[in-house]
Amino acid sequence: MKILYQIGEYVIIMFQALKRPDKGFVFRRQLLYDFKRLGVDSISIISIISLFTGAIIAIQMAYNIDSPFIAKSIIGFSTRQMLVLEISPTIICLILAGKVGSRIASEIGTMRITEQIDALRVMGVNPPNYLILPKIVAAMIYFPVLIVFSIFLGILGGWIMGSITGLIPSADYILGIRSWFDPFTLTYAMIKTVVFAFIITSVSAYKGYTVKGGSVEVGQASTEAIVVSSILIIFSDLILTQLLLT
Amino acid sequence: MIEVKNISKSFGDQLIVDNVSTTFEEGKTNLIIGQSGSGKTVLMKCCIGLYDVDSGEVDFHGRQFSNLSDKKRKNIRKEMGVLFQGGALFDSLTVEENIMFPLNMFTNMKPKEKLERVNFVLENVNLSGTNSKFPAELSGGMVKRVAIARALSLMPKYLFADEPNSGLDPKTAERIDELLSSLTKKFNMTTVINTHDMNSVLQIGEKICFINQGKLCWEGTKETILKTKNKELNDFVFATELTRRIKH
Repeated sequence: MKILYQIGEYVIIMFQALKRPDKGFVFRRQLLYDFKRLGVDSISIISIISLFTGAIIAIQMAYNIDSPFIAKSIIGFSTRQMLVLEISPTIICLILAGKVGSRIASEIGTMRITEQIDALRVMGVNPPNYLILPKIVAAMIYFPVLIVFSIFLGILGGWIMGSITGLIPSADYILGIRSWFDPFTLTYAMIKTVVFAFIITSVSAYKGYTVKGGSVEVGQASTEAIVVSSILIIFSDLILTQLLLT
Repeated sequence: MIEVKNISKSFGDQLIVDNVSTTFEEGKTNLIIGQSGSGKTVLMKCCIGLYDVDSGEVDFHGRQFSNLSDKKRKNIRKEMGVLFQGGALFDSLTVEENIMFPLNMFTNMKPKEKLERVNFVLENVNLSGTNSKFPAELSGGMVKRVAIARALSLMPKYLFADEPNSGLDPKTAERIDELLSSLTKKFNMTTVINTHDMNSVLQIGEKICFINQGKLCWEGTKETILKTKNKELNDFVFATELTRRIKH
């Protein structure tokens, strides 16, 4: 019963959130603020993880494809495919679920327990619309940019590592990453990213918005936001992959 | 004038506000007093529309408020300023942005006019020059005063304050009381303050409503409260050594 109640509550809050903002300039200001906090502030962690992940994938590919009958360019190709299809959109979004999701849940949860949300309501503001909508829009616009950046850095990481270790000749790697490119794979990655962005922001905002109690409950809401978002990301990844790639 | 008519509010099986009727008078500092857990805050939240009442209604100058939708309440909310217990300032906004917030949401004032209004209300709470500070950089008393400034920014007809001097030292608390009382007179507002602080009661209570276990038990003024025969009120008022000394 509790899960049905929560789904109903989530839907009601999203209906309130996804309305047209009362004041356009207030919304735009919030949007810019959330671009910075949810997007720009995530660039450093995304860069580090993507660079190293790309490097590790390239080394593992080189280790596994150790046959004179398989062209070395396959390492570059496989690295690119893994990054575009799964590592960047899904794994990076799981990391963003931890970083951005916990931030949203704890921020909105703290606003709830310190009566800031009540203050918004008293001022005639629709709190979900004011607090949640800019975060959803910011993430749905900015996360695809982050994922493209992540793919680029991952491929770069593989190239750097392959060149430094001598496992993959630079020319072969570059040939590999340019071979058999299907633009739809990038579209597929972007569709997944936009869906994941909505899941991360809406679920985390819902968890924060419905906090009751004190700081302990805000912490719990933050953890629940990450757990639920992560499960929903993996679940929707399966469904989207089945729908889009088969 | 605010008329509260037969308001009841319960959470689950627990009746928190039990058939309360009273009026809060214009141009006066009206106090709701009572022990912690007596239902003061719930009563105030029913008045400002944060809780929907189970029965009864609240009228603002004859305009029904409590049974309206949020959209229809907006016109009355423009005339309302609320000071929450912890201030409820928006942490991510500066003092200036906090005070400008209701102006952005409710008015089409030009940026220059908004800034003038911000400076005017900051001057009224003796906090000129703090525009660019964030709430985290302010002391408890300053947070309360900024919250008062924000509540005043729309020049409200009705001002609600939930325990405005809780957690403050006696001197700062007295200053906040004086400020609220003087602003009430200056802007001819109907001010409603929740408190359990007897200093506030004796200093600014022009009309006092005593709530006990969700019921309105007594109404009077700061002049009559010390002479009351009401047992529950006496237990509340003379709970401290200081008030017992005043009585004798």
